[in-house]
Amino acid sequence: MLLITCPFCGQRPEIEFAYGGEAHIARAADPRATSDEAWTEYLYVRGNARGLHAERWRHIRGCGRFFNALRDTVTDHFVATYKMGEARPDRTEGKQP
Amino acid sequence: MADVAMTMTPVRRAPLDGLAGDPRARWAVPMARFSLRLPEAAIGAASASLGLDLAGPINNVAEREGCAILRLGPDEWLVLANDADSAAIAAALDRGMPDRRFSLVDIGHRQTGIVLDGADAADMLSAGCPLDLDLAAFPVGMATRTIFAKAEIVLWRTAPTRFHIEVWGSFAPYVWALLKEIGREYPVMENTP
Amino acid sequence: MSEAFRLPDGGRVDRAQPLSFTFDGRRYGGLAGDTIASALLANGVHLVGRSFKYHRPRGIVSAGAEEPNALVGVGRDEAHYTPNLVATQISLYDGLSAVSQNRSPSLERDAGSINDRLWRFFPAGFYYKTFMWPRRAWTRVFEPRIRAMAGLGRAPKAPDAARYAQRYAHCDVLVIGAGPAGLASALAAAEAGARVIICDEQSELGGSLLAETEARIDGLAAQDWLAATLARLGAFDRVTVLPRTIAFGYFPHNMVGLAQDLTGYQGEPDDAAPRGRLWQVRAKQVVIAAGAIERPLVFPDNDRPGIMLADSARIYVERYAVKPGRRAVIFTAHDEAYRAALALHRAGVEIAAIADLRGAPEGAWIDAARAAGLPVRPATTISGTDGQLRVSAAHLAPIADGKVGRAERIECDLVLMSGGFTPSVHLFSQSRGKLRFDPALEAFVPGAPAEASLMAGASAGAQTLEATLATGYDAGDQAAGVSGTAQVRHFAVEAAPLSRGGFLGAVPHGRDPASVRAFVDFQNDVTAKDIKLALAEGFRSIEHVKRYTTTGMATDQGKTSNMNALGIVSETLGRPIPEIGTTTFRMPYTPVPFGYFAGYARGELFEPVRETPIHGWAAERGAVFEDVGQWKRARYFPEPGEDMRAAVARECRAVREAVGIFDASTLGKIEIVGPDAAEFLNRLYVNAWTKLKPGRLRYGVLLREDGFIVDDGVVGRIAEDRFHVTTTTGGAPRVLATMEDYLQTEWPDLNVWLTSTTEQWAVIAVQGPKARDVLAPLVEGADISAASMPHMSVAECRVAGVPARLFRVSFTGELGFEVNVPAEYGRAVWETIFAAGQPHGVVPYGTETMHVLRAEKGYIIVGQETDGTATPEDVGLGWAIGKAKPDFVGKRALARAGMAAQDDRKQLVGVLTEEPGFVLEEGAHLVADPAQKPPMTMLGHVTSSYWSAKLNRSIALAMVRSGRDRLGETLHVPLADRTVRVTLTEPVFYDPEGSRLDG
Repeated sequence: MLLITCPFCGQRPEIEFAYGGEAHIARAADPRATSDEAWTEYLYVRGNARGLHAERWRHIRGCGRFFNALRDTVTDHFVATYKMGEARPDRTEGKQP
Repeated sequence: MADVAMTMTPVRRAPLDGLAGDPRARWAVPMARFSLRLPEAAIGAASASLGLDLAGPINNVAEREGCAILRLGPDEWLVLANDADSAAIAAALDRGMPDRRFSLVDIGHRQTGIVLDGADAADMLSAGCPLDLDLAAFPVGMATRTIFAKAEIVLWRTAPTRFHIEVWGSFAPYVWALLKEIGREYPVMENTP
Repeated sequence: MSEAFRLPDGGRVDRAQPLSFTFDGRRYGGLAGDTIASALLANGVHLVGRSFKYHRPRGIVSAGAEEPNALVGVGRDEAHYTPNLVATQISLYDGLSAVSQNRSPSLERDAGSINDRLWRFFPAGFYYKTFMWPRRAWTRVFEPRIRAMAGLGRAPKAPDAARYAQRYAHCDVLVIGAGPAGLASALAAAEAGARVIICDEQSELGGSLLAETEARIDGLAAQDWLAATLARLGAFDRVTVLPRTIAFGYFPHNMVGLAQDLTGYQGEPDDAAPRGRLWQVRAKQVVIAAGAIERPLVFPDNDRPGIMLADSARIYVERYAVKPGRRAVIFTAHDEAYRAALALHRAGVEIAAIADLRGAPEGAWIDAARAAGLPVRPATTISGTDGQLRVSAAHLAPIADGKVGRAERIECDLVLMSGGFTPSVHLFSQSRGKLRFDPALEAFVPGAPAEASLMAGASAGAQTLEATLATGYDAGDQAAGVSGTAQVRHFAVEAAPLSRGGFLGAVPHGRDPASVRAFVDFQNDVTAKDIKLALAEGFRSIEHVKRYTTTGMATDQGKTSNMNALGIVSETLGRPIPEIGTTTFRMPYTPVPFGYFAGYARGELFEPVRETPIHGWAAERGAVFEDVGQWKRARYFPEPGEDMRAAVARECRAVREAVGIFDASTLGKIEIVGPDAAEFLNRLYVNAWTKLKPGRLRYGVLLREDGFIVDDGVVGRIAEDRFHVTTTTGGAPRVLATMEDYLQTEWPDLNVWLTSTTEQWAVIAVQGPKARDVLAPLVEGADISAASMPHMSVAECRVAGVPARLFRVSFTGELGFEVNVPAEYGRAVWETIFAAGQPHGVVPYGTETMHVLRAEKGYIIVGQETDGTATPEDVGLGWAIGKAKPDFVGKRALARAGMAAQDDRKQLVGVLTEEPGFVLEEGAHLVADPAQKPPMTMLGHVTSSYWSAKLNRSIALAMVRSGRDRLGETLHVPLADRTVRVTLTEPVFYDPEGSRLDG
């Protein structure tokens, strides 16, 4: 069971969280102005990174907040967690904090 | 037509009515409960309205006689109060926050309270709760939403060996029965309430 | 039977506590402190099992967790029976009943041993090569026979009567293993003030110290030092000591699974007390002090009962006061065997020979053996053994110039072997730590860790007791992490050092390799020849060799076999071991009974059973319930003598003609509050919300971004800034999570908040032409007449004296209300309404009737008519879409190609069978041409199908390609035994004008 640092509650066990898929995929402000291709990309296409992966988690059995995390998909180590709306931290690698 | 209704005295039935439990667990008396949600900018006004500081750290409790406010998240508080104060709480917020940038929802019947009291209380909860319940890690006055086996609960430590558990009504019999089952591993002490 | 091999004194067994047990029905004596294995050996019993494939007689090889052979079933009856327990790990208790496995009819006379005589036909991978034809024989002949022949224990025939406990735990330092390294670690961490958990698989803490009679630590005899250290640890109140507790799995982020035997070792004296407890320990640091495992030597016929690991034999002497035999031949490549030989010699075992593979062994232990007059034979191998149910002789052959000379037969009843020690890196490897090959040790040792873990003692490659203690203390101190100034502590140890290294692979034997079997993996019956065969057939990767030969698989996970298998691969391919690498160690370290994982989750605690506030009333009425997710819902309320069809017909009639009462409390409910509540709903639902006035309801449809329906429900506007949203029963958590997702991540600008109120309200639906007559006298604070409270409106009022949200809404097509009252008043209000309804003929109805009534009206159920690929248009809900809205979730996707009505999409239609009495099966397919050869062109499928009492015929709903254009067409439903003709119709079968909604 992973140990995840909620930006609001601190370290909590994975069982309290729900995974939310890849982060930083914004819904277009005006979907009508979006091409079919771009909309398909938005709906279905994900990076599937090997290594650092920015992803969304929700502390659903805790404070209820969504937040973003940088996790290394090879080691399962979290390198950073940060609040929604904050920019992805400038890291290319790192160890569990 | 209202005559018929006026003569009625409705019976309130709690989810745990009539269910035997562990001797260390008891059903908390019925109380007023609200989910209070508001943005950071409104914390001051709400605190003033309720006479309790809502700005304390997340996962901590602000308390006064007859009212406890558990901060469950950055914008979420669980208000537990005397049943009789229900209307007063709503009115105070209505008065104090005229821009209505908040949400107060009555959840008095959504969930029920269980008090677990005894020297083994933390160990019993650790059978199903993944948090570190060591007094240093989970001190008195800490409260958080978490899980207990297959139920979501709000867990509030009210004394070193006493916890208040809030659980949705339909999950309460499960939590109650599980505590009873776990309790079989821990002999009941003479002086346990 | 007397314990003829028990020594008169010594050991840690309690001669004042004699125990009695049975093995395969025969009664034996043992002592408190024994394991099943040590007690059997005390009685001279070596033969304990038959091997997996060849059914060869097998004996006890080891004294610990690495045991590959001595698997037994234990338990006084079927409800307490556990298969595949390791006899070397199970503490003896009085009355224990153990049975051997994989033999029939008995261990001594096993029919399956025919396989041993036919062994040439069962090479590695034989099941990939044989039984290929005839095909039908596989399921009828080969597989049943193989299943009967192969395998280990059998599953118990009765449910497990024992209870199991679980516990989450947290600590600064978890120490795995309580041998000298683990104890020193725990001591260091405890002295630094850390919260410590130390666990050990054995009944007593101490590990190797329990069999240590010679060494001294800090001036104390090793066992006295052990006692003093345990007392010291016990004095720390932040130290938790867990004996009989196996660390079986290392999970991410330093979570370790422990299985603690609580009462199993007492013979489950009381089913009220848990048999075991699963611990999930989250540690800031983990110290692995798991010791090392002695390697067997791979020589021909090395698997006969009476052939054991040397150090294990010594443990039986020193710890259990048991002589493993009378006359021993010892075969070694490591000093340990000399130490064992001396211990056995002291215990009165005759040492017939010590065959040492090494050319010129020297050192303190060899000198001591020579001084004791033990016959040491350097440069000697064993080329074979004799004996059937017990070894009776070993053939010793000299090695000179790389050639094996003529063998001499030496009679014995015990052969001890030692190929050196393999550090126990299983848990470290499970944690994804990298292993590193140490050529000096000829072993894989821990390299870079992947978790916050430290290795100590023999599992880190320490070779001496002094180094074991020192690395242990150092690891414990580091793990406690006190200010970085590591405490250095010296343990004064007096003990003779043992050699390094040993032997990997198959020993030379000078015989025809095709005619001998030298076992590498005892548990899986894998020989050196099998591994060479796999290599000859082209397998190169060690992972492939493992799977092809099965070496290193099953319950022992190759604890004794992996390194020898690697040695053979390395030698055969002529490549060094580090290039070959090692296989992944899988959890569990040793088998853990399933009950530990189930824990409390059995019977009524398997899962929360959610009941509504009205459940008790329905149960008392004899309702039949159905599971809807975790909820129990009343399905129908049978009167005496009624079956479901009769009950449902009666309930339907009551609702259509008078009034019915229905518990809808499980409906999901979400309170949406805040200045931007309407805007939030606008962005989310297909409908337009801005103009909905307080006091009114609207049917809302929710899509995913891909345009497909995900949920629906009635939404009431309670105030300008407050909505009462309902969802499907099963969809409630998902819808709330979706809403939170959009609110928090896409539209954080909105001032609106969401609160689940599913359980705040009990919901009592009162439906039927008399519904208003029943409710009106109970309502205060609202006028519910048709004029003031039209269809799709909501009033806050009191019902039966309780504050209520009264919805005028219908899912039946009749005049209807849904009374929402605070849950704990639900039953009282229900009973009051039910009593008030008596003069009007009120009938309680269940979900089955609800389904029929809504199907008669063509109302869809999300998840039944829809399957995640239906748009609103597809199911006739296009009218709900707010056409003027620039955007809502799913709108953009609806504009994509293929999503429009003309795109030959599946659409909702009604289906009437030509034969009115025939009720179609849900899921049945519709085709145009019943004569078409399969696979037929399927046009659609039946989603709902019921008997309609009101219409006196069957009705069905279906999703059919371009269904709206096919209304009136005849299609066919092919079934197993016949084909049914049906006509497509409008999906509304009853009161299409909706005139009944107003009663």
